[in-house]
Amino acid sequence: MSTKEKSKIDLKADAPPGIEGPGFFATRIDKVVGMARANSLWPLPFATSCCGIEFMATMASTYDLGRFGAERLSFSPRQADLLMVMGTISKKMAPVLRQVYEQMAEPKWVLSMGACASSGGIFDTYSVLQGIDRIIPVDVYIPGCPPRPEQVLDGILQIQKLVESESTRRRDSPEYKALLNKYGIE
Amino acid sequence: MELNSMDKQALLTAVESKLKAQFGEGFISSKLNVDFPEFTVKRDLICEVVKFLYDDEELAFQYLTTMATIHYPDNQGHEFALMYQLHNLPNNLRIRIKIFFSNSDVNVPSITSVFSAANWMERQEFDFFGIIFRGHPNLKRILNMDEMNYHPMRKEYALEDGTREDKDDQMFGR
Repeated sequence: MSTKEKSKIDLKADAPPGIEGPGFFATRIDKVVGMARANSLWPLPFATSCCGIEFMATMASTYDLGRFGAERLSFSPRQADLLMVMGTISKKMAPVLRQVYEQMAEPKWVLSMGACASSGGIFDTYSVLQGIDRIIPVDVYIPGCPPRPEQVLDGILQIQKLVESESTRRRDSPEYKALLNKYGIE
Repeated sequence: MELNSMDKQALLTAVESKLKAQFGEGFISSKLNVDFPEFTVKRDLICEVVKFLYDDEELAFQYLTTMATIHYPDNQGHEFALMYQLHNLPNNLRIRIKIFFSNSDVNVPSITSVFSAANWMERQEFDFFGIIFRGHPNLKRILNMDEMNYHPMRKEYALEDGTREDKDDQMFGR
């Protein structure tokens, strides 16, 4: 991209529709909240194996997840918005993962990174959970074994799209309640 | 004579003669497996044998490297074997002790009174093979989930279990 093309980027392209005048801009509150949420995700990395290593590369300077407003990792589920499950989840680990999910405050999203978290992967065996969507709802799946950092960034962008368009009180909607009930989560 | 870690045959002979003198009928056989001395003893004596090898001043096998269960489903009457690998750290001597028993009686004396390290090792063998260690202070599963109701490393399960319900087959083209 040349310098000339760069200067053409419209900074307001991402702004929600609204009424603009000198010194003010009026739009819907849920659009603003959605934008704010999407660009300041606090991910909780639940990294159990090699996908976690690939995630470290995603966080480091070359790929730099911080560019998308998600550089502040939260190691407390209470403060996190996005649960990133990266790696093989054994059946013994399943209740732990579920408890971490339940401890997260609404609104919350789940990203399943890699073949193991999404489907059990190559571990077609008695001790491994065959996909985390058997115990908690998942918003975005990233395929790969392990996925490239570019794919992780794409997954985060997909999550951001969901977050932007989410209603501010998603947890009150009957669909969301029905989804959680399906997993036996209050 | 000081035992040399390079002379496996001398080690085999020394341990065998001491075990024979101490346990008589309890000692079953010995063998040099490539370069590793192996001794088979009676199952019920395993704790005494390990204690004897620990306390003997010359042998002083005071470190339990590992233990493992082996399942030989076709070996009638001796379906299970337990292997203990012992190490003498000052002289760098290593031996294996083996016991054999039938799958109708999987009780084995615990050696936790000699080696505290055997605590978790015996729990692992119980978890994967269902070996019951008599005298173990806390014999419960260690690696698999508590709800599991079988011992998965026994050679009695098909590799592909058609009755499994925890796998989504449509994703894997089966």
